[in-house]
Amino acid sequence: MRSWIEKQRSILDYTLASLLRRKGKNFSLLFVYMLVVFILASAMFFTSAMKREASLILQGSPEMVVQRLLMGRYDPIPLDYLKTIRNIRGVISADARLWGYYFDPTVGANYTFMVPHNQPLSLQNIIVGSGIVRSRKVGKGDIMSFRAPDGKVRSFTITGEISASSELISADLILISDTDFRNLFGLNGSYATDLVVAVRNQQELSTIARKITELLPDTRPIIRAEMVRTYDSVFDWRGGMVIVLLLMALLAFVIFASEKASGLSAEERREIGILKAIGWETSDVIAVKTYEGALVSFFSFAGGVLLAYGHIFFSAALLFAPALKGWSVLYPNFRITPFIDPYQVAILFFLTVVPYTVATIIPSWRAAIIDPDSVMRS
Amino acid sequence: MINIMPQKKTGEGGLSVRKSTIALILLAGGVLLIGLMFVHAALQRQADAEEIAQLTAVVKNLELTDLCLFTEARYTRHLSQADMFSAFQDHPTALEHFPTGSIAGPPENIRRLNEKLD
Repeated sequence: MRSWIEKQRSILDYTLASLLRRKGKNFSLLFVYMLVVFILASAMFFTSAMKREASLILQGSPEMVVQRLLMGRYDPIPLDYLKTIRNIRGVISADARLWGYYFDPTVGANYTFMVPHNQPLSLQNIIVGSGIVRSRKVGKGDIMSFRAPDGKVRSFTITGEISASSELISADLILISDTDFRNLFGLNGSYATDLVVAVRNQQELSTIARKITELLPDTRPIIRAEMVRTYDSVFDWRGGMVIVLLLMALLAFVIFASEKASGLSAEERREIGILKAIGWETSDVIAVKTYEGALVSFFSFAGGVLLAYGHIFFSAALLFAPALKGWSVLYPNFRITPFIDPYQVAILFFLTVVPYTVATIIPSWRAAIIDPDSVMRS
Repeated sequence: MINIMPQKKTGEGGLSVRKSTIALILLAGGVLLIGLMFVHAALQRQADAEEIAQLTAVVKNLELTDLCLFTEARYTRHLSQADMFSAFQDHPTALEHFPTGSIAGPPENIRRLNEKLD
């Protein structure tokens, strides 16, 4: 056993000496390989963490939201609908929700105005999200003005800021009183943006949703599970731009591994020929190449995965931010909680390390079984 | 057969360190760092649990339905509340023109509904 270990260590010594002889080539190989793993791992870490975080946060969402559809778009819903919904057996409560968008031409940002149910505000006072504080450079006590549909400018005093720790859900929010909301948007008192419904038994949600559509055919109920599922599909690593990113990186890796598998350089073939001529066995030559592939793969994999972890969870996906921001002026500053899945890391390992190592061994095995004399002469 | 002759590297101080020893140490270091990455993730998740619970409470209190990730258009700000045909809302064959549209695909339930309508 001891002699076997010593033999393997000698082979490893030789492998490292051989790798270091071609320093430039091997370090550039390591860099490219690490970059591919970094991109793949970053995309996987980001999507899985965001998906998990969204599903946890959205557990607090309303059990059901009922919209009214008009000409295929959602439209203000009459408050009369509340009575019909409250009469459905199993419904505990149904309330109006008031919220709307406001485009601010000064900074080119979209704000979400919202009337909080459980936090009544006095007239002409607003509470703003930290994204707005940052982009408009405003703070507590400052005045913000908005143009109403009648052309008049309405001014409000900022009485508070929503905590920056909840920026992921509130960066663009402006909390306002019911009366101010209706005045600002010119919304009739008998309408709301949508309705929120709470039910007694969660199992009955879909039955109640069906009853609502039967009684009020112009409505569209959206249940909590659908809201969570929306984010599941947005951050599904098998869909959207993420899959394009992953395919590009995988393609780069396939080109890279197939180049390696297609053959050895003349120098490498000669080296194998010499080793065979001085008495190395085919299995020893293959062991050298296996160690070579495994070492390059492992260090690239470890480096790529660790860098991706730092990128996503310490720098809040710095490199992905331009793609995520798009045209958004208000973008939340948030730190992602590291929900990482060992299963995904294992998949990444088998997608990168195994094919590369195999791709390294095959051409070496081919060269090692040829007569050393012909290998050295070719 | 290979002659078992350990290669020795003599450093300036006269210490000999085999290349394989350095490689094995680096290998163990890599494995350790990956292990530590999982440990850090688990600890951070525990530390963030309270913050996530607070976010859930804000969502519940304000009756929010979506994350504030993409604020560029109304149907990307509230993805779960978007119109049935949000990607084509300007006219029936209009292509999606917001950059977010290339990241955020239409929700599964909307796609299913469209299939039934077509």
